[in-house]
Amino acid sequence: MNATVIPPFARTYRYDAIDREFLAERIAEFRGQVARRLAGDLTEDEFKPLRLMNGLYLQLHAYMLRVAIPYGVLNAPQLRQLAMIARRWDRGFGHFTTRQNIQFNWTKLEDVPEMLEALAEVDMHAIQTSGNCIRNVTTDEYAGASPDEVVDPRVYAEILRQWSTLHPEFTWLPRKFKFAITGSPSDRVASLVHDIGVAAKRNAEGEVGFEIHVGGGLGRTPLIGRRLYDFVPEAEFLGRMEAILRVYNALGERDNIYKARIKILVRDLGEEFRALVDAEYDRMPQQAYRLDPEIVAAIAAHFAPPPFARLEDRPLPQDPAFAAWARASVRPHKQPGYASVTISLKPIGGIPGDASASQMEAVADLAERHSFGEIRVSHVQNLVLPHVRQEDLHALWQGLAAHGLATPNIGLISDIIACPGMDYCALATARSIPVAQRISERFADLDRQHDIGECFINISGCINACGHHHVAHIGILGVDKRGEEVYQVTLGGSATNDAAIGELIGPAFGYDDIVDAIETIIRTHIAHRAPGERFVDTYRRIGAAPFKEALYAVA
Amino acid sequence: MPLLEDGRLRPDPWASVDDDVPLPDGPVILGLEQLRREAPALARRNAPIGLALPPETAPAEVAPLLGLLSLVALRLPKAKDGRAFTQARALREYHGFTGEIRATGHVIPDHYAMLLRCGVSTVEVPEGADPAVWDACRRVVDIGYQAALSADAPLSLLRRRLRVA
Amino acid sequence: MSSKAKSRPATSPVVFSGNGLRDGRVAWMGTEGRWEPRLGAVTPFAPEAAAEGLALAQQGERQQRVVGVYAVELGADGLPLKFRERLRLGGPSIDAEAA
Ligand code: SF4
Repeated sequence: MNATVIPPFARTYRYDAIDREFLAERIAEFRGQVARRLAGDLTEDEFKPLRLMNGLYLQLHAYMLRVAIPYGVLNAPQLRQLAMIARRWDRGFGHFTTRQNIQFNWTKLEDVPEMLEALAEVDMHAIQTSGNCIRNVTTDEYAGASPDEVVDPRVYAEILRQWSTLHPEFTWLPRKFKFAITGSPSDRVASLVHDIGVAAKRNAEGEVGFEIHVGGGLGRTPLIGRRLYDFVPEAEFLGRMEAILRVYNALGERDNIYKARIKILVRDLGEEFRALVDAEYDRMPQQAYRLDPEIVAAIAAHFAPPPFARLEDRPLPQDPAFAAWARASVRPHKQPGYASVTISLKPIGGIPGDASASQMEAVADLAERHSFGEIRVSHVQNLVLPHVRQEDLHALWQGLAAHGLATPNIGLISDIIACPGMDYCALATARSIPVAQRISERFADLDRQHDIGECFINISGCINACGHHHVAHIGILGVDKRGEEVYQVTLGGSATNDAAIGELIGPAFGYDDIVDAIETIIRTHIAHRAPGERFVDTYRRIGAAPFKEALYAVA
Repeated sequence: MPLLEDGRLRPDPWASVDDDVPLPDGPVILGLEQLRREAPALARRNAPIGLALPPETAPAEVAPLLGLLSLVALRLPKAKDGRAFTQARALREYHGFTGEIRATGHVIPDHYAMLLRCGVSTVEVPEGADPAVWDACRRVVDIGYQAALSADAPLSLLRRRLRVA
Repeated sequence: MSSKAKSRPATSPVVFSGNGLRDGRVAWMGTEGRWEPRLGAVTPFAPEAAAEGLALAQQGERQQRVVGVYAVELGADGLPLKFRERLRLGGPSIDAEAA
């Protein structure tokens, strides 16, 4: 296999011959599984978990391949290859997800081994992007760039990725298992609503350790994770994770799918869960599971800072259109003279998270020109160029605008998260994408969006909550009511340090009324807000009553 | 049912015995209740004894009995029910069990290598199973990224070359 | 995906649907027993014949042709009653290519 030349400064984990050999073997294994399925040697019930562990779903209209973007980090050749795959095996598009992955919606089973080979050419794969196993670990899209970072979470995300890859004991878990890891005190990864949320930090001596929350999650039973450990020393990191997974694999519910996530076990066992995990850890031959400092150092070398130039922070140009974009999209960087840029995949009326092949190529080019060839995928379905010189921002903005990638709406009401919903997803009870499109069109006016201020709307097409609606300021859940699509609205959720599950505001709205309902909610906020107050703050201060009144009083 | 060891079929000397039938001569695999009830008498038996450990029972619960046993049979009630992987690993790692660990139930070739890495020694395979398919599945991926119980050769970082025999 | 058992007997004409094993694309089957990409190409079963139709459809699963077959009830206009099935018939309600 010809490995593509990776730009020298893109800080992705660099595969060596061993990693490439592993990927080739894994593809051979999947090729064999497909052949056995087509020959009838594997039943669909047997094959389904195998294909899921290779990211392959059967959706409403076709197979969907979900490709892993480990912790959301990509280099330019990888993004170009994704564009090639979108053209060759999909309809010229890819769909970025809240798990920092990318999905191709129109694939054929018989083409998948070849697609996996194309991915392997750029050291990518679809391993464990689905199935009842440890999924792609997510982290902060500003890792290595954010001024408030204490520990680089990519290092430990990569260690978790390797450790969980085809883990012999944890590949047939009761249910899927999701890690998120942050390395900064400000939680941008929603760590409290993951099966395991890891906050990497440092003690007074400067040593790395991990605060561990376990049993958070959304879906039918939304729960905030419980703190299991305050500071797990680095050397014990993998051993403690083993211990948690051992308890879960042994005791997690196996029959009722709605009770099979670890959050239910943690909730039901309470303090006893901690005792069980401690007991596992204490019996373990700890030496065998110790995380060696040399291994950490070797992996950390992959994520060394790129060769930043010595620059000063500088004022940005005055051009009003540029300034509006910069205000929404540009974020401070820890290196003077640099900035991180979020690229909106939420054009007004567009499909949240979709990018065309030519847009992907354009972003790859711009990343090479302005960001050391590095790109990130954010969990709100946007892209990020982590390390851009401030002096390049104007040129970058023009480059993005030429490809419809400069919508200045990051963090605003039209920066909507939406799962695929019933337009693609076999599990859906209602559509989500067209609801997102119509809300975005209703609030198209940018001055109005800025006036409303930071406001997160998340939409899921069923109770599985892939759109994270529970933790949105305004959450929308599509359900089926006697064959009609109706939409429940929750208010006041949050996915950050003050994580909270939104509260259901009242009866659901029809497909034709949901946009008006959102409009009413926003008008109510505007009428009651204190100066500078965000929607969620107003809601927390005044409570649900004024919103209920405005939404339902008329009848 | 045919028995697979080290990628090949081999004769199975063990008989699985239902409770309340007289024990045949030779190696027998008993249920948990019978083993518990008759442990004192069984200790004096000459032929080897095995236990069919139910998926919901932690090996720790049978630790005092392990000294009697030459075999523990684990069961996958469904192909996607992986409790046996944790049971096998615990038997070897926590309890130092050195006898045969057998995987039974809905085992598919794609489990094979991982079962071996968790300490399983033999697999009951369906009638007519082609051992070549099982053997190929066992060998296809021979790199692992984590500690396990097979005799793996360390490579750099977390990686090791698997010896899944 | 295994076939979902229908809890309620059909009261309207039914066809059977599933996805092609190889290509994943939507397929329809009627009294002819053939799997077709177009609903219009198949003849619905009478409601009383739904059980017999299901048996025929499941043969398609056993022959590695289709996956996840189930009955789809049709209305007087010959189109599926359920919104979900109309979406499967027509493709996504949104136009990705237009972006
Ligand atoms: S939330 Fe439901 S509809 Fe949306 S992608 Fe997840 S499973 Fe599908």
